[in-house]
Amino acid sequence: MTRYLLKRLAFAALTIFAALTVNFILFRALPGDAVSGLKCRQCTPEFKEAQRAALGLDQSLWQQYVLYLKGLLHGDLGNSWRPPHPTVWSQLWDPIKRTLPMILLGTVFSVVIGVSLGLLAAWRRGSMLDRTATGMSLAAYSMPTQWLALLMVLYLAGWLGLPTSGVKDPDLEIAQLLGDVGWWELFIDQLRHMILPALAIGIVFAGDYAIITRSALVETLSEDYVLTARAKGLSRWTVIRRHALPNAALPIVTLMALSLGTVVGGVLVVEYVFSYSGIGLTVVQAISERDYPVLQGAFLLLTVAVVFANLFADLLYPKLDPRVVLR
Amino acid sequence: MTDVASQPVAPHTVFAALRHNRSAQIGIGLLMLFLVAALFGSWLSPYSLSPSKDEIFQPPSRAHWLGTDDAGVDMLSLIIRGARVSLLVGVASALVAMVIGGTVGVLTGYFGGRIDSVLMRVTDYFLVIPDVPLMVVAAALFGRSLQNIILIIALIYWASTARMIRAQTRSVRERTYVRRSRAMGASNARVLLTHVVPQVVPLLLALTVLQVALGIYAETFVTFLGLGDPSAVSWGSILQAASASSAQTNGAWWSVVPPGLCVTMVVVGFTLVGQALEEELNPRLRVGHLSFRHFSLRIREVEHG
Repeated sequence: MTRYLLKRLAFAALTIFAALTVNFILFRALPGDAVSGLKCRQCTPEFKEAQRAALGLDQSLWQQYVLYLKGLLHGDLGNSWRPPHPTVWSQLWDPIKRTLPMILLGTVFSVVIGVSLGLLAAWRRGSMLDRTATGMSLAAYSMPTQWLALLMVLYLAGWLGLPTSGVKDPDLEIAQLLGDVGWWELFIDQLRHMILPALAIGIVFAGDYAIITRSALVETLSEDYVLTARAKGLSRWTVIRRHALPNAALPIVTLMALSLGTVVGGVLVVEYVFSYSGIGLTVVQAISERDYPVLQGAFLLLTVAVVFANLFADLLYPKLDPRVVLR
Repeated sequence: MTDVASQPVAPHTVFAALRHNRSAQIGIGLLMLFLVAALFGSWLSPYSLSPSKDEIFQPPSRAHWLGTDDAGVDMLSLIIRGARVSLLVGVASALVAMVIGGTVGVLTGYFGGRIDSVLMRVTDYFLVIPDVPLMVVAAALFGRSLQNIILIIALIYWASTARMIRAQTRSVRERTYVRRSRAMGASNARVLLTHVVPQVVPLLLALTVLQVALGIYAETFVTFLGLGDPSAVSWGSILQAASASSAQTNGAWWSVVPPGLCVTMVVVGFTLVGQALEEELNPRLRVGHLSFRHFSLRIREVEHG
C-alpha cells in the first residue's frame, strides 16, 4: 500500500513538473517576447531594454527557467500585461471561487440525471425504454457543450425565468453596497445565475454517467448472488439498492474525478456563452487580449487541479474496491 | 493484463460482421449523408456564400429552407459547405494521431525497455492534461490556421491510441506462434511485419474512427473561442458566428440549431461505427461505456483489468 501511494504521489509530482516545463517552453516558443509587442509613446528601444532587464528576459533561457520555477515556489505567477499590471494570482482567485461551485452543481446534475437514466435502462434491459435511455445518453454525450448552452438561452431560460448572463444581478449588487440586502437573497441570486451554466455541463456529462451506471448494473444483475437474493424473496428494487448500486459506485466516483479534465473544457465555452465570469471566461479574455501571463497562470492552475483530481481517484480506488490489487 | 482479442481477426470478417450490427448501420447511414455533403458541397449548396444586406436573419422560408444568418447568407448552403472543413479536421487529425500513436504503441509494446518507460510517462502526461485548455493555449500561441488546428488536435490525442495499441502489441507478442517464430530465428522486423502489425491494424482502425469523432468535437471548441481559421467555414465557425451575433438572444433558432445538430449527428455516427468495430474485434473488452472522451478510464481497464 505504501509503495502504491508513493508511486502515485511521485507520478503526480512528475506530471506537475512536466506541466510547468511545457508551460514555460510553450510560452517562450512565441516569436518575440513580452516587450517587443509594446506600442506606446515612451517605448523607445532603450525603454524596452530596461523593461526586458526588469522582466529577466535578457538572461539565458536556462536562467529564465530557474527564475520561473523560483517564482512559482513563492506562489508568484507573474503579472498581467494589461495595465495596471495586477498580479496574475489576484486575477485568477475570484474567478476560481465562482467556477468551483458551478462545476460542483454541474456534477450533481450529471450524477442525478445520469444515474437515473442508467438505472432505468438497466431495470428494463433490452426494452424500448432501455434503447431510448441509451440513445439519449449517446446524444447528450455527442453534443458540443456550447451548442447546448446556446439552446438553453434560446428555449429554457425564458421558460424558467432564469438569467442568461453574468454572475449576479447588478441591481442587487448596488443594494448590497448600500447594505439593505440579506445574505439569503444574494445567495439565491447567485444560485439562479449558476443553474443554466451548470445544467449545460451537467447534461453533456450525464451521458457518461448513464452508460457507466447501466453497464455496472447489468453486469452485477447477472451474478449468481443476485439470483439468490431474488430467490430469497427480496424485491427487485431492494436487490438493486443493496447489491447492484454499491457496485456501480466505484466507476461513478472514478469518473467524477477523472472527467474533471474534460469538464474544464466545457467550462471554457459555457462561461463564454453565459458571460459567467469564472476561470473559463478569464481564459477566453486573456486569449483575446493576448495577456499571456494570465493565460499561462490559468492553464497551470487548471492542470494542477486536474492532476490532483486524478491522484485523488487513484487513492480512492482501493478504498472503494478492496478487490483491486495494488502494484 | 487482459488478453485483448485472443483470436486472430481478419479485417474482412470485421466488415462482414458490421453489416449485421444495427447501430453500425445507423452510424454508417448518418456518415454517408455528411460524406456526400463534404465531397459535393459546392454543387449541392443552393446559394453562394456572399452576404446580402437585405436578407439579414430571415426565418426559414421556401427560398431559404434554413433561413439566413447575420450577414444574410443562406444557412443551408453554409451548413453543407461546413461539412467539408469539419470532416477534414476530424479525419486529418485522426490520421496523424493514428500514425504517431500506432508507431509508438507498436514499438514500445514490442521492444519495451527504457524507451518504453520514457514514452509511457509522456503519454501519461497527455492523458492527464486538460485537453481543451491545452488546445486553446496552443492555438492562441501558434496562430489560427486549419493546419495548426489539425496538428494540435492530433498531438494531444495520439497518446490514448498509443496506449491501447501498446497493450494489444504486448499480448500479441506473447502468443505461442509469435514466440515460436522468434525462437526459429525470425528477425524483429519480420515478426513485427508478419505477426504483430496485421493483428494490431483492425484495432487501430477502430480507434481512429473514434478519434475522428473526438477531432470534430474538439474543433468546435477551438473555433468557438475565436481561434479557428478565419477563412474556413466549419460547423464550429457557424456556431461561433451565431453566438457572436447574439442569434440566441434574438430568437434566431435557425442559425443556432442546425450546425450543432450536424456536429451531434456526425459524432454519434463515428462513435457508433467505432464502437461496433471495437466490439466485433474484441467482445471481451465489452465497451461498457462511451469511448472517446474517457480513454484514460478504459486504459485502466485494459492495463489493470
